[in-house]
Amino acid sequence: MSKNNTSESFPNERIEHPLALQSVKDSSPGPLPSSMQLTADGKLKHFLTVEGLPPLLLEEILDRAEQFVSLPNKAQVQAPLLRGKTVMNLFFENSTRTRTTFELAAKRLSADLVNLDIRNSATTKGESLLDTIRNLEAMGCDMFVVRHSSSSAAHFIARYCAPHISVINAGDGRHAHPTQAMLDMLTIRQFKGRDFTPLKIAIIGDIKHSRVARSQIHALTTLCAGEIRLIGPQTLMPEGIENMGVTTYANIEKGLHDIDVIITLRLQHERMDTAMLPSVREFYARYGLTQERLELAKKDAIVMHPGPVNRGVEIDSRVADGAQSVILQQVTNGIAVRMAVMSMVMSSQAASAVEN
Amino acid sequence: MSDTKTRLIKNGRIIDPASQFDQVADIAIRKKKIVGIGSAIPKDFKATDVIDATNLWVLPGIIDLSAYLREPGQENKTRINFETHAAASAGITRICCMPEVDSPIDGGATVKLIKSKAKQAGYARVSVIGSLTQGLAGEQLSHMGSLKYVGCVGVSQGHEKIKDLATLRKAMEYAGTFELPLFLHPIEHSLTAKGGMHEGALSTRLGLAPIPAASETIALAQIIALVELTNTPVHFCRLSCAASIPLLKAAKERGLPITADVAAHQLFLTEMDVADYNPLCHTIPPLRTMADRDALRQAVADGVIDAICSDHQPHEVDAKLAPFEETSPGISGFETLLPLTLRLVDDGVLTEMQAVALLTSKPAQLINSNAGKLQAGAVADLSLFNPQTMWQLEAKKLLSEGKNTPFSGWGFEGKTVQTFVKGKSVYCVKQ
Repeated sequence: MSKNNTSESFPNERIEHPLALQSVKDSSPGPLPSSMQLTADGKLKHFLTVEGLPPLLLEEILDRAEQFVSLPNKAQVQAPLLRGKTVMNLFFENSTRTRTTFELAAKRLSADLVNLDIRNSATTKGESLLDTIRNLEAMGCDMFVVRHSSSSAAHFIARYCAPHISVINAGDGRHAHPTQAMLDMLTIRQFKGRDFTPLKIAIIGDIKHSRVARSQIHALTTLCAGEIRLIGPQTLMPEGIENMGVTTYANIEKGLHDIDVIITLRLQHERMDTAMLPSVREFYARYGLTQERLELAKKDAIVMHPGPVNRGVEIDSRVADGAQSVILQQVTNGIAVRMAVMSMVMSSQAASAVEN
Repeated sequence: MSDTKTRLIKNGRIIDPASQFDQVADIAIRKKKIVGIGSAIPKDFKATDVIDATNLWVLPGIIDLSAYLREPGQENKTRINFETHAAASAGITRICCMPEVDSPIDGGATVKLIKSKAKQAGYARVSVIGSLTQGLAGEQLSHMGSLKYVGCVGVSQGHEKIKDLATLRKAMEYAGTFELPLFLHPIEHSLTAKGGMHEGALSTRLGLAPIPAASETIALAQIIALVELTNTPVHFCRLSCAASIPLLKAAKERGLPITADVAAHQLFLTEMDVADYNPLCHTIPPLRTMADRDALRQAVADGVIDAICSDHQPHEVDAKLAPFEETSPGISGFETLLPLTLRLVDDGVLTEMQAVALLTSKPAQLINSNAGKLQAGAVADLSLFNPQTMWQLEAKKLLSEGKNTPFSGWGFEGKTVQTFVKGKSVYCVKQ
């Protein structure tokens, strides 16, 4: 059967290339357990998701971030923790804020930083994600900061990249945005204290498509927050979200009653085209955070937003700029939290390098 | 492999669901056909080759209702000769090859090519299920008359969308004209998402696009209504949810010409297997809840579901090396079809006779084949199975070019040792 190949364009024999096996590391497809983000002794090796991390580790991130917050702005001299390390920002999706704060965080830790705008390069030419990673690895790299439109992309990269590389998830699909959640926790802690148990937190808006909300919920439940409420229409509420330890409210007035922390989410405009909502105006009328609604919450409630803000859609300008808004504090904290996480994953690597 | 003209397989346990025969006996084969079994073997029968099957089972050749052989069109994934070999090694003697967008089967030439490749390879035989619409684009009818003429056993729209119900109705009527059974996947495309998983708390936690059970039941109900209208036989491919079972059962009880199958993996895996984004568990339809799995098992036992198939979808390694939602769906299933189905016997779901029937005599009826049975005069498609062999599945040791199985590491009891197609030994474990 292998003889007459004349009429065929492909040979029928299996071809084993002599280099085929040695060039590929462990590349068999399989599960991507989130347990791989910790080293054997429980240190943070990658930061992929908040889910499943022990409360003490989250506290450690917050404590360390707190130290960076108190450092003056030009902190390179004081904190050269990443000197000689190369950090690659891999943004497969748009971002200004997250990318910039990661960039500043890396620079303040004295890392060498490379920004790759992948949307316009390799993958659009048909290169697979794995090939992109292998190529960047070959250029010498210690850390990937990854944003990708597919859920689990950061897990995937962590699973298949070289063992000396750490991966930080800067947002994957609808799944997780752990550094955003941690900077929000830091902000809450700064205003409401270390004990989360008495706190009532409301998250308003498009929960369904929000990786930020999912990570916030995991962080809040891990830190034992008293009550988590999700507020939004049913089209923006994903199936079975109650299993994550939250209660859902269709009515914002009821949901905001007696609340300590209000988190508004960004509403993506494309949701109108997919029959999630009739119009921006109706969303603002039913779910926009206005001054009157803010008054339903506790007097000292804080207002948060992961940005970028759609003024007049999910939040009134007066509230966004008002006395209770801590939105800009969140941005500042973003740099500190990212410095904390970057230094932690790098020190876990240094520790494992010493052992070896 | 010597190709003798007459063969006697002695002392095997012959299990033939078509005649409800289950006894230790001899089976005599002359050329391509079974001559007789036990005392019915002619006295003057002389075998040039005698096989001792003591402690082995003799099973009718498995007829697998669904496999994607990838050729022509996707030779980077695999070739027909590799896959038919893998099938034969697992006791499968006939494969129904499904059309797909990258390897559509809309013309007589493609059908002939597939059949000749399979014949040339000389392992399991291949029956072809043609495209229902041209290029599976869902708009224009395929040349079903010609497809029937070159021997297609049915037509299918694969996993692809059909333009509207009017088009589907006409396609059904036209297929009915040529007595081509329809193999339809009940999928309402507007309710599914590429790269998604079963809708529920887990899909929410993982941030994967949700595919509700209603995406199946709605399509199922619509097609059942069209069967009522056109009286065209329809076979439902790959059921996945509990809610489909009562719909199917009620339609069957009304006497509608409806049958259905399920993929073997759907009777074992659930959404929980996707919990760590395992791309090997990315399937269409998606893996659903434990309650769905149990309902499917019950439906198989009750006969509401007529057959179990492998839904064999071999992939090159790259197709599964990406974040979950970007991976290609499907499991390389030939080599786990019989082991998984027999595991349902261990799990107390089926009897041995039922399990064998679901893979042989029942699918044979669905494609109007006279194979799938061990009786005098029938084609000698059969396999020898050693029920005592304990083995552990290793993905890289699969004979299929597609190593994409989530069952790596699973232990199984019993293995095919030899397979005959038309009386010829096409696979034999080296002793």
